[in-house]
Amino acid sequence: MRHIISLLMENEAGALSRVAGLFSARGYNIESLTVAPTEDPTLSRMTLVTVDSDDVVEQITKQLNKLIEVVKVVDLSDGVHIERELMLVKVRAVDKEREEIKRMVDIFRGRIIDVTDKSYTIELTGTGSKLDAFLDTIERSTILETVRTGASGIGRGERILKA
Amino acid sequence: MDTELTGAEITIRCLQEEGVDYIFGYPGGAVLYIYDELFKQDKVKHVLVRHEQAAVHAADGYARSSNKVGVALVTSGPGVTNAVTGIATAYMDSIPLVIISGQVPTYAIGLDAFQEVDTVGITRPCVKHNFLVKDITELATTIKKAFYIASTGRPGPVLVDIPKDVSQQKTAFAYPESVAMRSYHPVTKGHSGQIKKAVQLILDAKRPMIYAGGGVILSDAAMQLTELVRMLGFPCTNTLMGLGGFPATDKHFVGMLGMHGTYEANMAMQHCDVLIAIGARFDDRVIGNPKHFSNEERKIIHIDIDPSSISKRVKVDVPIVGGVSDVLDELIKLLKARKEKPDQIALKAWWTQVDLWRARDCLKYDRASAIIKPQMVVEKLYQVTKGNAFITSDVGQHQMWAAQFYKFDKPRRWINSGGLGTMGFGLPAAMGVQFANPRGSVACITGEASIQMCIQELSTCKQYGLPLKIVNLNNRYMGMVRQWQEFFHGNRYAESYMDALPNFVKLAESYGHVGMKIEQPGDIEGALKEAFKLKDRLVFMDFITDQTENVFPMIPGGKGLSEMILV
Ligand SMILES: Cc1ncc(C[n+]2csc(CCOP(=O)(O)OP(=O)(O)O)c2C)c(N)n1
Repeated sequence: MRHIISLLMENEAGALSRVAGLFSARGYNIESLTVAPTEDPTLSRMTLVTVDSDDVVEQITKQLNKLIEVVKVVDLSDGVHIERELMLVKVRAVDKEREEIKRMVDIFRGRIIDVTDKSYTIELTGTGSKLDAFLDTIERSTILETVRTGASGIGRGERILKA
Repeated sequence: MDTELTGAEITIRCLQEEGVDYIFGYPGGAVLYIYDELFKQDKVKHVLVRHEQAAVHAADGYARSSNKVGVALVTSGPGVTNAVTGIATAYMDSIPLVIISGQVPTYAIGLDAFQEVDTVGITRPCVKHNFLVKDITELATTIKKAFYIASTGRPGPVLVDIPKDVSQQKTAFAYPESVAMRSYHPVTKGHSGQIKKAVQLILDAKRPMIYAGGGVILSDAAMQLTELVRMLGFPCTNTLMGLGGFPATDKHFVGMLGMHGTYEANMAMQHCDVLIAIGARFDDRVIGNPKHFSNEERKIIHIDIDPSSISKRVKVDVPIVGGVSDVLDELIKLLKARKEKPDQIALKAWWTQVDLWRARDCLKYDRASAIIKPQMVVEKLYQVTKGNAFITSDVGQHQMWAAQFYKFDKPRRWINSGGLGTMGFGLPAAMGVQFANPRGSVACITGEASIQMCIQELSTCKQYGLPLKIVNLNNRYMGMVRQWQEFFHGNRYAESYMDALPNFVKLAESYGHVGMKIEQPGDIEGALKEAFKLKDRLVFMDFITDQTENVFPMIPGGKGLSEMILV
């Protein structure tokens, strides 16, 4: 099953490599990982997506908790939560493709953030599957480059992760 | 008020504040300022080893036999890489160590400077935590944290990497009384609701079994365990790491379990209806294949300080996260408060069964052999030392015979590398044990292959006058490798014969020690007695043993506990 794990950790040089090292050393897979400092600059917030059995994910959260620099860990998939991912896509856009792509971007509520006479760069946020869906709808051969941030997640309503 | 101290002075002051009496180390460029400060004081005594691996093993042996934090000091680059085997050994067995390593100056880090390695990166997977101190104002707090982290919760090695310029700079010194870390809160007390559930399961048990591991030793809970077992009258087994956690001469003890455990211990594990696991982690050498682990429906109670040890290999019914000693105190209190006792009739029937397994006499060997049987050497060693010696070992058959035939009644007397299985551990670990227990008898049971991995330490032993007794079970084979080749690789003894062996007697003598070669079974006892009479000498006893002897019982890798090969 797919799990989205959120953690708060000390914003220190080695912390990220400890998390990444844990995954490689124990053979856990990481589908995506995002990390950035929080409003408190001494803390970083990381979101990790992994697909594994519930037993393995339980081990993963326990092992993460054991890392000295990790302050808190939650498996967001245990409750209702919101997930967003940002994607930038550069596509070839010439002649009648330009209108067609513009229309698709509107339907998916994206924005065109850079334009040349041959290309558009599109910004799109949403769940991973929405971003996948967008890529599926535009003609494959027009895609020049994509970059995705991986999922960030937050609990719904009163669910809060704080140090 | 405070005059400023250099980083090197601060390092030594911190060690003094922590009450460190011995550190084990080896100098080099990056730690010269620290060595300079060591030179100027005499509270912290430095032991100069002959290889950094031995420095860490010695600190480790010191820690295991004393329950104090062991400390090692090594230089950057090769000093650290040599130390890694020692660090990983301590990590696998959860031993509290602080390793101080020198690093190239901060301004040179990342430039492939002379003797630079990414120490924090190299050691990350085999330490509980590590630090690179780039700012001298953080040095004292970091060392305080290192000792705190190493010795609390599930213990482990912590490394502090100190760049040379940091050891040279100055700052005001104040050693923090305590450290608070928002991200580190080791538990001690177990959840009382869970402990109550455990009490009920224990009282309802018909075929109970207590399985206790290294956690009992680490948390100094041997007394509580002994009280619990005797109070309940249940059978008790120890893991390789847990030996001495319960008296081996007690009638409730059914021997060690696991790959080379006794028939009775493994069968009782397999057939019990309530299993009480205490400071043990169900690892592969202990329970074999978890899929074959249980024949019957049963409940498992698991007490461990590390939540990640729980339900890692085997699903348990009543997990109790907490320090073994605190949890056992609480458990005993609750059991005493209850009027009921476990079903005595069922327990009696269970013991009848256990005794039938016991009667299989699975550790028997040919006592009339004309060639020295290694088991007999260990038995005689046990008799001659009256069970009071500290025994370290290396890795191989000799390690298993030591575990099977030396009866440990007290904790912290059996010192071996159970988790990593590091050949070369025995001799340097014995040095650390002797420093921690200057009056104790310390013997190292080893093999002719293992001993050669850190043999250079005979020199350290000479320098510090360590009267160790080395019991070399010399079968001219990497015996354990040969045994696996005999059982599983069609007797093809690929590279497991130990050729071109040194004359160990002369070797010992050339280091200034006493050497003995023993070839007759009838001479074993006399040689041991003579060796232990030489109270201030290291004696190297080279026992020429039966080359074909195998360790039994044996559970082949990947099999279940009841699939033992017996003699
Ligand atoms: C550093 C290291 N290398 C290799 C091994 C694999 N190994 C395990 S036991 C063993 C043989 C040990 O031989 P010896 O010390 O003579 O002991 P014996 O088994 O004969 O009692 C070997 C090579 C190991 N445990 N550690």
